[in-house]
Amino acid sequence: MSQPDAKPDPSDQEVVAFRVAGQDFCFDIMSVREIRGWTQTTTLPHAQSYVKGVINLRGNVVPVVDLADRLGFGATDPSERHVIIIAVVEGQTIGLLADVVSDILSVQNDAMHPVPDMVSDRVKAFISGVLLVDERMIRKLDLSRVVPASGVEAA
Amino acid sequence: MSGGTDEFRASFFEECEDLLEAMHDGFGLMQNGDGDDETIHVIFRAVHSVKGGAGAFGLDDLVGFAHHFETALDMVRAGKAQPDPDLLSLFQQCGDHLSDLVSAARDEATIDASDSASLTARLDEVIGANGAGDEGVSDAAENFEPMSLDLDAMFDIADPSKPTATGHQISFVAEPELFTSGNEPALLFRALERFGQAEVVANSDDVPPLSALDPTTAFMSWDIRIDTDAAEDVLRDVFDFVSDCAQIEFKPLYADRQADLISSLGFGPGVPEMAPEEVTAASEEGAPAEDVLALSDETDVHDHDPTSPAEPTRSQADAHAQTEKSTPKTPMPQTIRVDFERVDKLINLVGELVIKEAMLSQSVASLDLATGSDVLLELESLKQLAGEIQEGVMSIRAQPIKPLFQRMARTIRDASSMTGKRVKLVMKGETAEVDKTVLERLVDPLTHMVRNAVDHGLEDRETRLAAGKPAEGTVTLSAAHRSGRVVIEISDDGGGIDRDRVRQIAESKGLISPDAVLTPSEVDGLLFRPGFSSKEEVSELSGRGVGLDVAKSEIVALGGRLTIQSEPGKGSVFSISLPLTLAVLEGMVVDVAGQTMVVPITAIHETLQPATAKIHTIGSGGHVLSIRDTLVPIADLGAIFGFRDPPAELDDHVLLIIETETERRCALIVDALQDQRQVVIKSLETNYTSIDGVAAATILGDGRIALIVDPEGVAGGIAPAPGSVDETLSHQNSGGDFVTA
Repeated sequence: MSQPDAKPDPSDQEVVAFRVAGQDFCFDIMSVREIRGWTQTTTLPHAQSYVKGVINLRGNVVPVVDLADRLGFGATDPSERHVIIIAVVEGQTIGLLADVVSDILSVQNDAMHPVPDMVSDRVKAFISGVLLVDERMIRKLDLSRVVPASGVEAA
Repeated sequence: MSGGTDEFRASFFEECEDLLEAMHDGFGLMQNGDGDDETIHVIFRAVHSVKGGAGAFGLDDLVGFAHHFETALDMVRAGKAQPDPDLLSLFQQCGDHLSDLVSAARDEATIDASDSASLTARLDEVIGANGAGDEGVSDAAENFEPMSLDLDAMFDIADPSKPTATGHQISFVAEPELFTSGNEPALLFRALERFGQAEVVANSDDVPPLSALDPTTAFMSWDIRIDTDAAEDVLRDVFDFVSDCAQIEFKPLYADRQADLISSLGFGPGVPEMAPEEVTAASEEGAPAEDVLALSDETDVHDHDPTSPAEPTRSQADAHAQTEKSTPKTPMPQTIRVDFERVDKLINLVGELVIKEAMLSQSVASLDLATGSDVLLELESLKQLAGEIQEGVMSIRAQPIKPLFQRMARTIRDASSMTGKRVKLVMKGETAEVDKTVLERLVDPLTHMVRNAVDHGLEDRETRLAAGKPAEGTVTLSAAHRSGRVVIEISDDGGGIDRDRVRQIAESKGLISPDAVLTPSEVDGLLFRPGFSSKEEVSELSGRGVGLDVAKSEIVALGGRLTIQSEPGKGSVFSISLPLTLAVLEGMVVDVAGQTMVVPITAIHETLQPATAKIHTIGSGGHVLSIRDTLVPIADLGAIFGFRDPPAELDDHVLLIIETETERRCALIVDALQDQRQVVIKSLETNYTSIDGVAAATILGDGRIALIVDPEGVAGGIAPAPGSVDETLSHQNSGGDFVTA
């Protein structure tokens, strides 16, 4: 993490990085509850297409959001290799369907850059910044925007 | 004991609830003429204990009012005032007001002081009219004096040889060491309650002003009066650890000796029936013995037959019998207060256990073990055990319906005074237990329906007398368990539903067409239609702009059913049938479009094979089922939820005839029925939003989630409510006779 002689910077944070439709994303690890393999969901009627359905998480009914579909890359055909990242966003527990979890990274606050202009508008609406790590660009998801909206949404 | 910590406060208010319940109970008994001598004492003690506790928390309004109330009650207790209906009604109002004051104190709200004032004034009239000179109990209550040796001495005079103590008066004087060694007197006093009802009075007279107070010295003393048959040395054990840092004195209290005592002092044989209680009361208040005698004396003069020799014998015998019988101490049913959250957590965990058990069964079943193998047997007993645990845990949430009914008693009193109709409330089956949440959510609808019964159900006095009915109307609240549900009935002996008028109103509001043909029960059903009741024709009382439709929808939201039976001239019965719990549901597990779903069994009227049913096609692909001269619209459950297009061919499907709480009927196409079972209800809203047509979710044996269909929501989109304009027309067209359940 930090150098032994450096003061721990309170703005340091750890993020969990994962891949959706071939692109790298991350969000604050404090929002993550657990990561599990894909399990069959129960389809919800009248749901947005990116809501894959609900799963049973130790007795709780948890909706699963297909991140690829949500971000505009097209629906995922989930297989056993896919993962569901269980996150808590504003008190709601949701599952986020991703291709694979790649890393847990320690990030200095100043390593976070504003969202570049060329990113497509659709994706831009869901990310709050980008990180550059070893030549890779990791987009930081704004989880509160990913949560299934209750009807009123112009998607 | 001056500690106003939240914890003590909370427990005070919890106790108040119990006490007020006991008080209302007592009044109920007296009103029905079922009360006995003990009833008024119970009421008195309840009010007194509320007052005592309120004093400890400095709730002056409460103490002030309770004091007047208690004094008036004492007049009755002492036989100096007769509990005639007027007085009883005043007492009940006071009881309601006391409840209000307690609630206000709990919520730290303020309450209109004029109510207190007017009730206090009326109480004072009663007190004044019935022996103004008697200050005994009331003053003693304020000017606490510790039990003096007098009483003791008198007992000695009476019969020193074989006293049978029915309690103890304990004086507890703290010494500084008590506190330096970390003892808490309150805990000791609480421990005493194991042995019987204890009343603790703190004496802070010796506490100096703050400026002169030496914080390392102890100034407090306490007087404890405990009703118990436990021996002194047993009680002393409680104080074992503090015996060297407090002065503790025990004096036995007697009840059954008092008859002897009083007669030996020359007050004749008539008093004993009253007298023991008087002494008890006086010592409860710590009144000097002189007052006791004065009271007994007056009692004698006023209204007790001084020459009823049978009485003392009986009461003495009873007292003895009681003492003897209780020697091998029969404890009260012990209760504990548990945080509701903990119970809920337990319920959730048990729900998990049941699901896990089902999952285990499913995987074991796939192993194809030989029948009778150990694994299967053990699994079976595990299943049974899990079921029993679930039942047991559910029963923790169950609460008797009585407090709810008592609230309704108050509603009726209010309604009665507002309409000027005299109403008697009869309660039946109030020990029936219902889930706490169900109870809480029943308050509003039930209040509304009870008001409605008084306001619209019962006729006015003249009409009643003309119809040969007693002037006083009767509203009966009953509760009973019937086949896994609880049924609550609100019945009145009024004039029944005026169906012509109901029809008239419904027509004028455009709810039905003027030429609609409706059965009586369909007309009754109009009462529950939104828009039926409105401010014009409802009185100030039941009105408030909400109709019975709101009450009904609240009941339906609880998974309940509401039905009316009404007979002109005889009255109406509103029946509410409710699930015992909101945590589980009896459901039919069905397959639809590759999904597993659960349909609440309460909504399923019957199931049909399409091949054997009479199905008519209407227009392009619309189907109607004709069953017993009724036409029922058919819809595909999969299509309703957007899972598929409606199947063209129905033969390899199953029809579920659904009848909703609003008597909508429809037939749902499903692919197959799996089985009927209890499912644990899981909320969808916690992490998602509500979905039209879906009531909740559940977890199946394989760990997957299945959605529970909301029959009302599903049918709402298919079948109109009975009696509505279009449906009535369609019925007339088809010549069908609408069958109601």
